[in-house]
Amino acid sequence: MPELLDKRLVFVTGKGGVGKSTISVSLGLAAAARGKRTIVCEIGGQETASRVFRRAEIGFHEVEVADNLWAISIDPDQSLREYLLLQLKVRAMRDMLVRSRIFNYLAAATPGLKELVTIGKIWELAQPDRRVKKAQDYDLVIVDAPATGHGIGFLQTPRTFAGIARVGPIHNQAEELDRFITDHDATGVAIVSLPEEMPVNESASLEQSLTDDIGMEVDRVYMNALYPERFSKSDASELERALEEADGPAKAAVRAALSEFRRSKSQREQLQRLKRAVSSPVKTLPFIFKPSLDVPSLERLSGALV
Amino acid sequence: MPSVTDIVEGRGICICAGSGGVGKTTTSAALAAGLAVRGQKVAVLTIDPAKRLADSLGLKELGNTPRMVDPKLFEPCGVEMKGELWAMMLDPKATFDDLVRKHAPDAETRDRILENRIYRQLSNALAGSQEYMAMEKLFEIHQEGRYDFLVLDTPPSRNALDFLDAPKRLTQFIEGRGMQMFMKPTGFATKVVGRGSGIAMGVLKRVTGLDLLTDLSEFFQAFSGMVAGFRERAERVSELLSDPATTFVVVCGPQGEPVNEAVYFHRKLVEAKLPVGGVIVNKVHYEADEEAEGEAETDLHGLLDDALAERVADNFADYQALAQRDAENVEHLQRELTPKAVIRIPYLDEDVHDLVALLKIDRYLFATEEQREEMAAVGEA
Repeated sequence: MPELLDKRLVFVTGKGGVGKSTISVSLGLAAAARGKRTIVCEIGGQETASRVFRRAEIGFHEVEVADNLWAISIDPDQSLREYLLLQLKVRAMRDMLVRSRIFNYLAAATPGLKELVTIGKIWELAQPDRRVKKAQDYDLVIVDAPATGHGIGFLQTPRTFAGIARVGPIHNQAEELDRFITDHDATGVAIVSLPEEMPVNESASLEQSLTDDIGMEVDRVYMNALYPERFSKSDASELERALEEADGPAKAAVRAALSEFRRSKSQREQLQRLKRAVSSPVKTLPFIFKPSLDVPSLERLSGALV
Repeated sequence: MPSVTDIVEGRGICICAGSGGVGKTTTSAALAAGLAVRGQKVAVLTIDPAKRLADSLGLKELGNTPRMVDPKLFEPCGVEMKGELWAMMLDPKATFDDLVRKHAPDAETRDRILENRIYRQLSNALAGSQEYMAMEKLFEIHQEGRYDFLVLDTPPSRNALDFLDAPKRLTQFIEGRGMQMFMKPTGFATKVVGRGSGIAMGVLKRVTGLDLLTDLSEFFQAFSGMVAGFRERAERVSELLSDPATTFVVVCGPQGEPVNEAVYFHRKLVEAKLPVGGVIVNKVHYEADEEAEGEAETDLHGLLDDALAERVADNFADYQALAQRDAENVEHLQRELTPKAVIRIPYLDEDVHDLVALLKIDRYLFATEEQREEMAAVGEA
């Protein structure tokens, strides 16, 4: 099976607040640095890439944000419109449909249609021969996928849809999407976790549902934001002693050190739990002590990702 | 600066809202436990509690109805339980099914809906249906009137609107607005009214495939008799959210993005004329004095060997950088808020997944800002 960045499509997924957006952009930087033409897709207007690269809102456009690196923010309504544009060759019919009340209603009401066209757009970006006229090709598409809960449902949409629409074009296209995202040579998955109880639990159940319910293969699990092990056990007892004697700022510093020791220890325990709980390889990423993540920090992170 | 007591004073419901991964469930549980310990009969409706937290509350099988947490569990924590703590885990699907059972005119309609494939997708796939079911359950338990106070832990919505628009979205969907006019008893997929719409249907058929339309049509027909009841219910659920007895608390983390989301959520709540009590920021690094770093370094060398002192100083500098970031973000938050109620919960040394840790959070929640500063300064966690 190809390496993660040698695939055509990579989904970055995990519980909310674990750093999926950061890791998606960093993976994008890593792939771009290897000479791959890469695009990072955000879903539902998070616009992390525009913030990191200090751009105006990216929106539903493929915008170059760094060498070899593009970004797009996928909007389901626009994806649906684009999909119709590609489906219907007669312009008048298309326009009528987009304006039609019943169509708009149906589109909003059909459970999962938005997710389906979103995945459809992602698939379209990942094709070596793009459907969109005059569009450029990418070597790699990285998707900052919605948080777990929504996440499994999101990736399951093609399969679900292929079931709901038993025949017809949607059925066929949903099947094609499902085939593509479950083709381990073409599509990879990276789960992001944190060294805490809930994210570890959720990573394990996410891996299981991705594998069992959807048939995707998880390439790796990133344990994100791991503190360094700055203090040993014997340091800690020194620190305990010093805490009694210290006062003022020194006391605050010693206390911060002890906190760090305890957190680091509990994080290591969570790391062990994660390793036992998942079957994919676990890679650790360092906590970055920066007020906000800028391009250099992400570049540092991207070195640790691959 | 207020404590959570000021926020919940005179209220009967607190809705903890916010994006995923910010500690909403923990905060909800801590708030409920705190109110119960102080003498109220409290129920917390949670979405997905950490297994260890549920275990530590003795709630191995949290069901879709509240269960009482054994008051004896609080004794080893040195806390006297003066009231009652009840907890439940929301099952959106079961709640939706119950709602259908309640509103269905007869068994046949009920079964037609429960077995419809569109319906079966609905509780998972339609944005806002989980959110709506959380409100629905809240409403139901509130109607029963068995508790003094209810705490709702909301699902991790992608954004504030998923939560706030949930009742409207769901009713609009069920009403099939714009859909019914095309429906005939035989199903709109086979009989279509009006010119123009015929072409639209033709195109839709080509794009979607006929079966999907048939399923939808069946779904709406089965549901049509229940629409009025559903709509009325959803209106009452919405009313409960803006009731003077309800207060919203936005939960967030101290980093830039969660804070921005909290600001956005807060603004949407205010625009929707919903009562906002304040914001709880979790995992805050409390700041020591600005000059503390330099001073600390000199003093540390007297206390520890040089190598260790250096590492402690480096660590402190990193900590202070985070503390400064958190302080700036909280300041930003405070500027944007009306009322300016921000409660900071410190970053505890360990994960919160048992009652002891929950009660630690509780001490900060129910303290005044001055007391919080003091507790954080002496490293009480």
